[in-house]
Amino acid sequence: MKCRKCGGKAVINMRQHKLALCKEHFLIWLPEQTQRFIEKYHMFGYQDRILVAVSGGKDSLALWDILHHLGYQADGLYIGLGINQENGYSLKSQEFAEKFAIKNNLKLIVVDVAEIAGATIPDAAALTLRGKGKPCSICGLTKRHIMNRVAYQGQYDVLVTGHNLDDEAAALFGNTLNWAVGYLARQSPVLEEITGGLARKAKPFFRFYERETAAYALLQGIDYIYQECPHATGAKSIYYKEQLNQLEADRPGAKLSFYLSFLRAKESGLFAHQDPATQANLNSCQTCGQPTSAPEQCAFCRTWDRVRGRQTITA
Amino acid sequence: MTVQFTLRDQVYEVRAGMTVRHALLKLGIQPESVLPTLDGELITDDEILQDNQHIHLVAVISGGTISPKQVTFQ
Repeated sequence: MKCRKCGGKAVINMRQHKLALCKEHFLIWLPEQTQRFIEKYHMFGYQDRILVAVSGGKDSLALWDILHHLGYQADGLYIGLGINQENGYSLKSQEFAEKFAIKNNLKLIVVDVAEIAGATIPDAAALTLRGKGKPCSICGLTKRHIMNRVAYQGQYDVLVTGHNLDDEAAALFGNTLNWAVGYLARQSPVLEEITGGLARKAKPFFRFYERETAAYALLQGIDYIYQECPHATGAKSIYYKEQLNQLEADRPGAKLSFYLSFLRAKESGLFAHQDPATQANLNSCQTCGQPTSAPEQCAFCRTWDRVRGRQTITA
Repeated sequence: MTVQFTLRDQVYEVRAGMTVRHALLKLGIQPESVLPTLDGELITDDEILQDNQHIHLVAVISGGTISPKQVTFQ
C-alpha cells in the first residue's frame, strides 16, 4: 500500500478515512489533526496553562509529546497508585513518565496516593465495598479527584487526558446499554469549569483510533509502558472495545460514526438538562471543599474516610 | 511455508501467501486491535506473507488483553 501524500511505502492504513500514510507523513498528519481538533472544539489556546494527566502509557505520552511540539505550555501529572504487587506496574509506569519528562525537559508533578490518602489503591480496595474484588472503581474515583485537585489548586486553565476514540466509544456503548442518562449528558470532548472547584477538562485525542495513537508513539520513538494494569483484565470497557472492533472490521468508520452521531444528537438537544453536575445541583464537600452532588461529603472523602477507619480497626 | 506471529507471549503460525489481514482474521485476532510489525517496522495489513517471516503484533487496546483463538496452521 502506498502513502497518499508521497507514494512511498505506507506504514499505516486508516480504513475509516480511506487514508494510508508513510512514517514521515503520518508523523505530520497526527499532530496537525490534533491541532485542528483543539481549535475546532475550542479546547485551549497557547496562552493557557495545561495539565496533562500522564499514566506512562502510549496515549498520554503521545499527547504530551504532541502538545509540547505544537508549542503549548503543558506540565504533566503522574499519580502513583501503588499497584506493584504482581509486576511493579505503578513503579514502571512512573519511570516511563519521568524519563519522558527529563528527556524533553518538561515539568512532571508526581502525587502518591498512599502518601496523601493513607493507602495504596489495592489496599484501599480490599477495605471497601466499592473496591471489593475489583479496584477499578476506587481507582477511577481517586484519580479523578486528584487530577481535579492538582489542576484547580495549581491554577491550570485546563486538565487534559489522553482518551482516544476507542475509550470514548466504549464508554458511550456502555452508557447507552444501561441508558445511564446522567453519564451520557456529561460525556463530551470538553467539560467546562464549574466555579468552586471543578477544573475545565479536554480530550484532544478523542477522534483518533487507539491504533493511531499507538502507531504515533512507536514511530516517534516514545518509550511507554506496554504491559497492562493487572486489574484491567476482564474489564467491561475492554469487552465493549472488542465488540466495537468487530463492528469496525465489517464496517470501517463504524466507531467514529457512532461517537460523532452521539455528539451531534447532544448538540441538537438530546440529554439537555439531564446533567447532574450543573452549578445549581452541586454542594461543597464538607471535608475537602470540592463540588459534589452529595449533600455532605463527596464520594472521594466518604470512601477514603471509610478506608482509614477500617485500617485502624484491622491494625 | 509458514509465517510466525507473536502477540504478547503467544506464538501463532499460519501459511505464507495470504495477507496479514487475512491471517489475523483466521487467527481470530481483530485487525483493529493490533499493529503488525516486520523487522521492527510497521507494515500495513495488505502485505502478502512470505515464507519464514516473523510478524510481531503490537497490542493497542489499553486496559487489558485481547483473547485470540488458539489456532495454528490455518
